[in-house]
Amino acid sequence: MLSIQNLHASIEDKKILNGIDLQINAGEVHAIMGPNGSGKSTLASVLAGRNDYEVTYGSVEFDGVDLLEMSPEERAREGLFLAFQYPIEIPGVSTTNFIKTAVNETRKHRGLEPLDAVAFLKLMKERMKLVKIDQSLLSRSLNEGFSGGEKKRNEIFQMAMLEPKLAILDETDSGLDIDALRIVADGVNTLKRADNAVLLITHYQRLLDYIVPDFVHVLYNGRIVKSGGKELALELEERGYDFIKQEVAEEV
Amino acid sequence: MSEMIETLEQTALSDYKYGFVTDIEADEAPLGLNEDIIRFISQKKCEPEWMLKWRLKAFRYWLSIEDKEPTWANISYPKIDYQNIRYYSAPKQKIAPGSLDEIDPELRKTFDKLGISLNEQNRLSGIAVDAVIDSVSIGTTFKAQLAEQGIIFCSITEAIQHHPDLVKKYMGSVVPMTDNYFAALNSAVFTDGSFCYIPKGVRCPMELSTYFRINAENTGQFERTLLVADEGAYVSYLEGCTAPMRDENQLHAAVVELVALDSAEIKYSTVQNWYPGDKEGKGGIYNFVTKRGICGANAKISWTQVETGSAITWKYPSVILKGDNAVGEFYSVAVTNNFQQADTGTKMLHVGKNTRSRIVSKGISAGRSNNSYRGLVQVGKNAHHSRNFSQCDSLLLGDKCGAHTFPYIETKNSTSIVEHEATTSKIGEDQIFYCNQRGIDTETAIALIINGFAKEVMNQLPMEFAVEAQKLLAISLEGSVG
Amino acid sequence: MSLVETIQDKYNELNTFAGNGLLGSMREKAFEKYNKSGIPTSRHEEWKYTRLTSLANKNFELNATAILPSDEVLNSIRLQTEYAAELFFINGVFIKEISSFQNDAMVVLPLNEAAESEHKNYLHQHLNQSSKYMKDGMNALNAAFTANGLFVLIKKDKVVDKPIIIYHLTDTTDDNVFVQPRSLFVIEENAQVQLIELYKNNGLQESFTNEVIEIAVHENAKLEYYKVQDETENCHHVGTTHVQQVGKCFTHCVTVTLNGGTIRNNINMILEAPNNEGHLYGLYMVDGKTHVDNHSIVDNVMPNCFSNELYKGIMEGNSTGVFNGKIYVRQDAQKTNAYQSNKNVLMSDTASVNTKPQLEIYADDVKCSHGCTVGRLDNEALFYLRARGIDEKQAKALLLNAFASDILEQVKPEALRTYIGKKINERLNIDEL
Repeated sequence: MLSIQNLHASIEDKKILNGIDLQINAGEVHAIMGPNGSGKSTLASVLAGRNDYEVTYGSVEFDGVDLLEMSPEERAREGLFLAFQYPIEIPGVSTTNFIKTAVNETRKHRGLEPLDAVAFLKLMKERMKLVKIDQSLLSRSLNEGFSGGEKKRNEIFQMAMLEPKLAILDETDSGLDIDALRIVADGVNTLKRADNAVLLITHYQRLLDYIVPDFVHVLYNGRIVKSGGKELALELEERGYDFIKQEVAEEV
Repeated sequence: MSEMIETLEQTALSDYKYGFVTDIEADEAPLGLNEDIIRFISQKKCEPEWMLKWRLKAFRYWLSIEDKEPTWANISYPKIDYQNIRYYSAPKQKIAPGSLDEIDPELRKTFDKLGISLNEQNRLSGIAVDAVIDSVSIGTTFKAQLAEQGIIFCSITEAIQHHPDLVKKYMGSVVPMTDNYFAALNSAVFTDGSFCYIPKGVRCPMELSTYFRINAENTGQFERTLLVADEGAYVSYLEGCTAPMRDENQLHAAVVELVALDSAEIKYSTVQNWYPGDKEGKGGIYNFVTKRGICGANAKISWTQVETGSAITWKYPSVILKGDNAVGEFYSVAVTNNFQQADTGTKMLHVGKNTRSRIVSKGISAGRSNNSYRGLVQVGKNAHHSRNFSQCDSLLLGDKCGAHTFPYIETKNSTSIVEHEATTSKIGEDQIFYCNQRGIDTETAIALIINGFAKEVMNQLPMEFAVEAQKLLAISLEGSVG
Repeated sequence: MSLVETIQDKYNELNTFAGNGLLGSMREKAFEKYNKSGIPTSRHEEWKYTRLTSLANKNFELNATAILPSDEVLNSIRLQTEYAAELFFINGVFIKEISSFQNDAMVVLPLNEAAESEHKNYLHQHLNQSSKYMKDGMNALNAAFTANGLFVLIKKDKVVDKPIIIYHLTDTTDDNVFVQPRSLFVIEENAQVQLIELYKNNGLQESFTNEVIEIAVHENAKLEYYKVQDETENCHHVGTTHVQQVGKCFTHCVTVTLNGGTIRNNINMILEAPNNEGHLYGLYMVDGKTHVDNHSIVDNVMPNCFSNELYKGIMEGNSTGVFNGKIYVRQDAQKTNAYQSNKNVLMSDTASVNTKPQLEIYADDVKCSHGCTVGRLDNEALFYLRARGIDEKQAKALLLNAFASDILEQVKPEALRTYIGKKINERLNIDEL
């Protein structure tokens, strides 16, 4: 589904990604872990198409199509979803209206009729249950005055509404208490299907207790330095990132 | 960001969809302004002698200040040649229409094209319309139905003829002819407009509205509107305006007076969409308008405006809070694009005790335009326990436009509270990216964000208008936004 | 003879002091400009709320020299503090004889001498820069009579650890006087200085001061500037402080008005270099018939500048407060952060306040906000204090003191802060807190 080859990216001439290779197939859950500053969030931003970052080398294919050629909205409409680490507040724009616009733009792209108000509300009611999000929250301005947990739940709710092929969760666990974390994870697990995939970006192993990955990759200095199964995450938890740093140093 | 600016700049200005001209034969005054022209207008309107006298008095006053056109506003334009304007132009109709059914089909079509049906059966039942083209009103709908409740809704010309006592009593009582340069000019040459009287205790059952259309070339439009809500009455009034696309600038100098007697309430909404000129700043309407209302005790006047048109807007809908406990409100969205200039705001004059006012102004500037908020809040010596809150926000799209805020606050009372807040910002790149990531393209994203920014004001508009106004916002920013 | 006539009368006589050089030509141009614009009237938008016409029609003496005051008088106005320099203006004339300063850190010269000195380039560069912003007759009038002014240079890398104090003493024992002090300060690279201007008067006749002080702050320098007006009601004042931030630097300016007649303070903060930072504070606490008008301009010319402005006013009796703050953000000044706030408390029904906080913005990537409030003391707070047994008068005083303390805190030199604090407490009739 997603094939990243030797991806290099920089921001303001500062190299952040130094040759990433990653293959994600339908039905898989991948987790990318790594210490602060290793390039985790950059990878998410580059995949979503944030134009602060410049891809200097490499390629990314999404379902066989060159992802890097697409505008951010095209990527989204093709089914790439990024749950933001810091969801943006947009005053005056109601969450419902925002999601409706997003859903219908995506439907249009897929050659489907836009949902009318009734059908949309029905879908919304159904998906709200997934993340236990409150109706009153959705009539408020997008993310404005939301608590950290509410913002994150709203991200997963949007994911449920948009039904992406690939969902990238950028540190969705940060700032969540254990209950909120469980709700978010339950939502993600329920949405999991054989024809979609999830890429979890996280600093801690904690989230992986709830969303169990098929593969764990360790990102360090802009490269994937180690890959393995879910046990790798546990090893990291136990030994800290220092042992990775040490291993990398030894290799050199 | 640069990409966003490009999107803003590249999209060509959508056609101003009201820019067409109707080819109708007109009955016109010659170009120029003098006492004969004023007599001509008065005669065309079959006015009584007192009205002519009033006009001439205003004209003489205007002559005395002719070279003192106000310069304090943050706008610039070449000097207006008042002798090169036509002060009267009326569509020639075969027969004077006795009823709406007899209106020239060409005119009816014009209004249909503007989305204003003069056919009562086709109208949304909630709205009565007075249609004004150039210098005359061509028809008012639902008059009979309104009359059943004693409501008078007609053209000002008709009111002068049939309700002289009311007109004499109230015209000029809120905006005296000597009030300002353009009000004096209007008092001398006003041609038509709407008049409305709601009797004591009556709640007007439908929205009243006037639709103004400038059609003829070189013609100025000088309309005059007078609304009187008697004690305890309520009325919601809407006003819309458009004009053809022409290369030269046309002058529009209107006066609107609102009288809300004790415990009355007037809600006045405007969607102003005069032709703004083209992308290079050629043409467009000069819109110099004096709007003011006066509140008796416990009365309320609420102005809502969505200003998207005109090359120049100079307009400060005001409320004199004369009676105790009176309430004044001003909600405004002003959009300027390309070379448009707007200097607009309000005046809230607190005279009575416990008077309250609220100002919410949202300015959006794009292209090379300049958008200024100018507002006065005055609390008089005896306006004990009065309260004002003002919020003025500006949004800048692109780096060649300007957003300015000029509030004036004058307080002479120690028991009153006045608060003013203003912010200026741009649309955040991160906001756009967030929308993009959800599959929403940049143009739609900006439209969403702008509508969100303006929401507090849009919410004040009557339903039927709000939808139109929202579309209008997006359209007027097209070419800069999308 | 009215002041307007006296000005015409004395122009030629007094300006022999200026000579024909730099000052002479500036003076001539300025007088031409003054003759064109005259004393501003309330029809002038910037003078809408402050009227000078009646002053302009009064009789005022205009002299180029001043009689030296006695030591006793001088001692009575001195702040109790150590200082790096003590500079005296008596009736608008800088008197070098009674002034003293540390030689190693600074150069102090009468303006006309400076114009002939090795520092004259600084005069070319910075003198009369304020006229670019102050287009009215008052600024021109001061320039037209510039002769006996003051030039101070703070030398490169010098950190002046004690304040420089300028005492402005107006002597009105015999006649009404019109005085026009003028100063130019240049703070060189990496220098740091605290500058205090204290206005005092002596005598019962009226005075009318028209001051201009220009301060140019160079790269990486730091300026603290305090202007304190503590004259009596017979003293009128129009003053302009023009702070030109030439290089990336830091400024902190506080204007405190405690008393006076008709007062107009202009302060301009020109952020000419990228990454400039400026803070403006003001407190006006007036009573009686005092009219105080604070007019500020913050001009963001270059990118990445930060400015913050807070003015607070307490109006009692028949006093009037005016605040007019203007923030410009020019087209190149992207990433500007500019904040402005004006808060007023009206304590009597015969006092009034007019405020005009204004933003003029031509760049899009900026964060600007302004706010202003006019109100009275918070009734809830008042009640709370009274419920704790504090009588109403004392409770009000406590709250006003708290209101003023935001600004008082910004007065860093201790002796000055104590001085102002004492004045405030005297006014509020409360004991030292």
